[in-house]
Amino acid sequence: MFQATALNRRNARIETGMRVAYLGMTLMLIVPVLLVLGVLIDKGAPALSWEFLTEVPLKGMTEGGIFPALMGTVALVLVALLASVPVGVAAAIYLSEYAPNTWLTRLVNLAIINLAGVPSIVHALFGVGAFVMFFGFGTSILAASLTLAVMTLPVVIVSTRESLRAVPQEFREACWTLGATRWQTIWRIVLPNAISGILTGVILEVSRTVGETAPIMFTGAAFFLPFLPQSVFDQTMAMSLHLFVISTQVPDVPEALPYAVALALIAVVLVMNAASIAFRVVLRRRKKW
Amino acid sequence: MVAAVLAESVAGDAKIVVKKFSVHYGAYTALSGVNLAVARNEIFSIVGPANAGKTSFLRVLNRMDALTSGMRYEGTVRFDGHDIRKWRNLYALRRRIGVVFPLPVGLPLSVFDNVAMAPRLRGVRHRDELEEIVERCLRRAALWGEVKDRLTALGSLLSGGQQQRLTIARALSQDPELLLLDEFSIAIDPVTTMKIEDVLLELKKEMTIIMVTNLVQQARRISDRMAFFHKGRCVEVGETAAMFDGDVRDEQTLDYLRGRFG
Ligand SMILES: Nc1ncnc2c1ncn2[C@@H]1O[C@H](COP(=O)(O)OP(=O)(O)OP(=O)(O)O)[C@@H](O)[C@H]1O
Ligand SMILES: [Mg+2]
Repeated sequence: MFQATALNRRNARIETGMRVAYLGMTLMLIVPVLLVLGVLIDKGAPALSWEFLTEVPLKGMTEGGIFPALMGTVALVLVALLASVPVGVAAAIYLSEYAPNTWLTRLVNLAIINLAGVPSIVHALFGVGAFVMFFGFGTSILAASLTLAVMTLPVVIVSTRESLRAVPQEFREACWTLGATRWQTIWRIVLPNAISGILTGVILEVSRTVGETAPIMFTGAAFFLPFLPQSVFDQTMAMSLHLFVISTQVPDVPEALPYAVALALIAVVLVMNAASIAFRVVLRRRKKW
Repeated sequence: MVAAVLAESVAGDAKIVVKKFSVHYGAYTALSGVNLAVARNEIFSIVGPANAGKTSFLRVLNRMDALTSGMRYEGTVRFDGHDIRKWRNLYALRRRIGVVFPLPVGLPLSVFDNVAMAPRLRGVRHRDELEEIVERCLRRAALWGEVKDRLTALGSLLSGGQQQRLTIARALSQDPELLLLDEFSIAIDPVTTMKIEDVLLELKKEMTIIMVTNLVQQARRISDRMAFFHKGRCVEVGETAAMFDGDVRDEQTLDYLRGRFG
């Protein structure tokens, strides 16, 4: 008959303890999320309506809807993605697949990590200097989106690079021995297996871009502009700035209004993420090793 | 002496000629002192204990050193008389060389796509033609019967031995002139191994085969000539039959071949 030794029993106890501890930590993570959502829904939901989403703000932003800000945020995020995803993915492909391991490569990698740590207000000042003034885009969607793109570029690069590196090296070697070039290997084997991780980076970028206020405040977001922009060279309202303005700058705003805006802001993030999350789920189901 | 004479005797119609060859990883020398020639349409086997530099040798033949950071080789390797160091399009060189790794690497693609990859890379587009190539290669690798109904399944879902035969089929799909096999049988059962050995004997009519093996008896069964690598050196090269009969320069070789090593 097998008899558990004292050591066996002790290990089993530790095992149970660790499992409970990890579960506890994970559950603790959910608490703040639920609290934030709970407060927002409790206070903001009554003010939410279809009109709120489709009408312009009225009476010094104390009434009416958030339509221009909503559309402005969507435009800012999309233009920022258009700029940062191609550049970021290309840079990550270079760093992961082509770059030799030299001091220059290490310097670039170090620079990317440091860039990720730069506060967003510094990016804002950079955006003003570079896009608004030097390139002459003026305060516009283009300048604001490019500022956001520069700010989120490190996130895209790092997450893409890591998901490319996670593809086993043997796959590349097997492909190379068949006579494939590096690019053929990347296109046929590496990218299809890294795409789900790359999309995760894009989701992170969207979430961060939607919420940022400082980088767009001086570069393209308007305080109050109750109509839609006509081109990327126009200014626009944005939800993050709108939320900041009505909660701190405008007198006599009904209490529910900022909560409703915040709720809508989170909804935008969720909707924009939903598409890529769904895409990712489909891809993960096809994950092949 | 014997080795040098043999190297000279095949040099006239050699597929591969290697001279004053050594492989280095950074400052570390993994293999040195290799001078040998492999004749067209022969099976040449390389035996030797672990860490002898056998895999390193194969990797240079298809110029994987160019894709491995820190790896380089010295000396010359001639493929059909052309120095592979001066070969401008390495992809074209690799397309002529099929490789089978010790552990099967099924690419994360379907069985069909695994085998169709090389033909596609060289521009074959027609479905009929691809199907014909895939079937022929799978048959040759003794795998067709087992996978003909699951060509769309993932290659990596096959059993270990099936995956290994899949990689053999994939190597054959290149229509290689030179086939490099690195311990191809470690993941395969003895019956299938025998089948594949028969296939190799067939294949050598069309191509040259260099095979690294840990199974001395496998080298004896199918190779025409062989080399013994030990501790990063090529100890000797000779006719397989003669070496097993005891015609060796170095006692170590015979000890290894007779299983009295270490
Ligand atoms: N990419 C690499 N970087 C650094 N050193 C390497 C690399 N590949 C192989 N080596 C070294 O080269 C030496 C020879 O390795 P190699 O794989 O050629 O031996 P082998 O004869 O094939 O051994 P085995 O029978 O175990 O496969 C080893 O000491 C190994 O550590
Ligand atoms: Mg080896």
